[in-house]
Amino acid sequence: MRDGSLSGNLSGRPAAGARPAWRDRKRYLWLLGTVVPLFLFAGWGLVNATGLGLFWWIGPMVVYVVIPLLDIVIGDDSSNAPEEALAWLENDRYYRWVTYLFLPCQFAALFLGFWLMTRNGGRPVVDQLGIATTLGMLNGIAINTAHELGHKKEHLERWFARIALAPCGYGHFFIEHNRGHHVRVATPDDPASSRLGESFWAFWPRTVVGSVRNGWQLERTRLRRMGQRTWTLRNDVLSAWAMTVVLWGVLIALFGIGITPYLVLQAVLAFSLLEAVNYLEHYGLRRQTLPNGRYERVTPRHSWNNNHLTTNLFLYHLQRHSDHHANPTRRYQSLRHFEESPQLPAGYAAMILLAYFPPLWRRVMDRRVISHYGGDVSLANLDPRRRERILGTYGAVQSGASAAPAA
Amino acid sequence: MARFRCEVCDYVYDEDAGAPREGFPAGTPWSDVPDDWSCPDCGVREKIDFVPAGA
Repeated sequence: MRDGSLSGNLSGRPAAGARPAWRDRKRYLWLLGTVVPLFLFAGWGLVNATGLGLFWWIGPMVVYVVIPLLDIVIGDDSSNAPEEALAWLENDRYYRWVTYLFLPCQFAALFLGFWLMTRNGGRPVVDQLGIATTLGMLNGIAINTAHELGHKKEHLERWFARIALAPCGYGHFFIEHNRGHHVRVATPDDPASSRLGESFWAFWPRTVVGSVRNGWQLERTRLRRMGQRTWTLRNDVLSAWAMTVVLWGVLIALFGIGITPYLVLQAVLAFSLLEAVNYLEHYGLRRQTLPNGRYERVTPRHSWNNNHLTTNLFLYHLQRHSDHHANPTRRYQSLRHFEESPQLPAGYAAMILLAYFPPLWRRVMDRRVISHYGGDVSLANLDPRRRERILGTYGAVQSGASAAPAA
Repeated sequence: MARFRCEVCDYVYDEDAGAPREGFPAGTPWSDVPDDWSCPDCGVREKIDFVPAGA
């Protein structure tokens, strides 16, 4: 395998690196991701300018319509920073501030949203639903920011990750994702890796419940080793949830108990958006079991990637997912495209929409999974409930295909 | 005492320092760390993938 090239030269404590001659074209475009939450302000302005309550729904409009269209119009960017620029790129603190500044934008939008919802005796229910849905999209995108921050080694950034997760109550994600999903990715043991034949709607409860359970077990194991009780604020899952309780308490105190259903709605929409992204990141991909019983190492072949520029800018290169799984602590601006990584036919934003319609999803994706495994569907991560049917339909082709596991 | 390094992210387990947050107090020998313990920084590698990092 190309493991050497994956580890690269900047994985751990990279040398500071001299400023290279190369210029990062995306340097200032990353700010688009930072200001995403401010779209609610834009929606408010559009409502005032046009009188159309439709613009309270600006969140889903952007995620499901504008970004997929821009992906089509603007297209791909598969360029990588040159090897000699990577250390410098990784260490340029500007890129960190791009992610830090997301948080004040996120919280400004959160408070603005509930203020707009409730002021002057409250808006009509349909507008309130629009605002809550927009907040759900923004706080869902915030999970992506939390994801970028939560993988970093610096204590401050891990704190920021938890703050970004507080509005949607998904604080356990930061534990489960780093210590659970990344360890077991693309195996049947991972609740956050979807299986061939599994619809998004079947995946949703499995991943939502599995993530809570895993996050809790990981913390319980850690605390037991320390000789401590599980029910303590040293439990990172509990302390993250406590942040949500405090934040929601403040919001309810400010804007009234009537906002509770909308708080819950935006939280469910937010983590469901994340889980839709989880669904498509590893669909059907499986690490093979080695003779010693362990899973093969994670390689670029175990994540779905995409190079559509617009989604990549809004999601901090999340779609360069193979490099992320090979080097989880690597910062977004230095993530690379690998030719050998499987590619989705469209950006994550468009693929999420497709995932909501399982027959369409399977028509587009199942053959891609099978071709990824050189026609041998038995190498894929199969939904156990559909295993026989899938094997019957696509047959288990004799191996010798190109998908032999790498040691 | 010995040190062991994660090859993916360069996290180092130093027996002198242990990893108190992980439940391994200072002085915990590497042999007492369970095999399925994964790197606390990257999660990509487990204990048995770590390499000796010298003293």
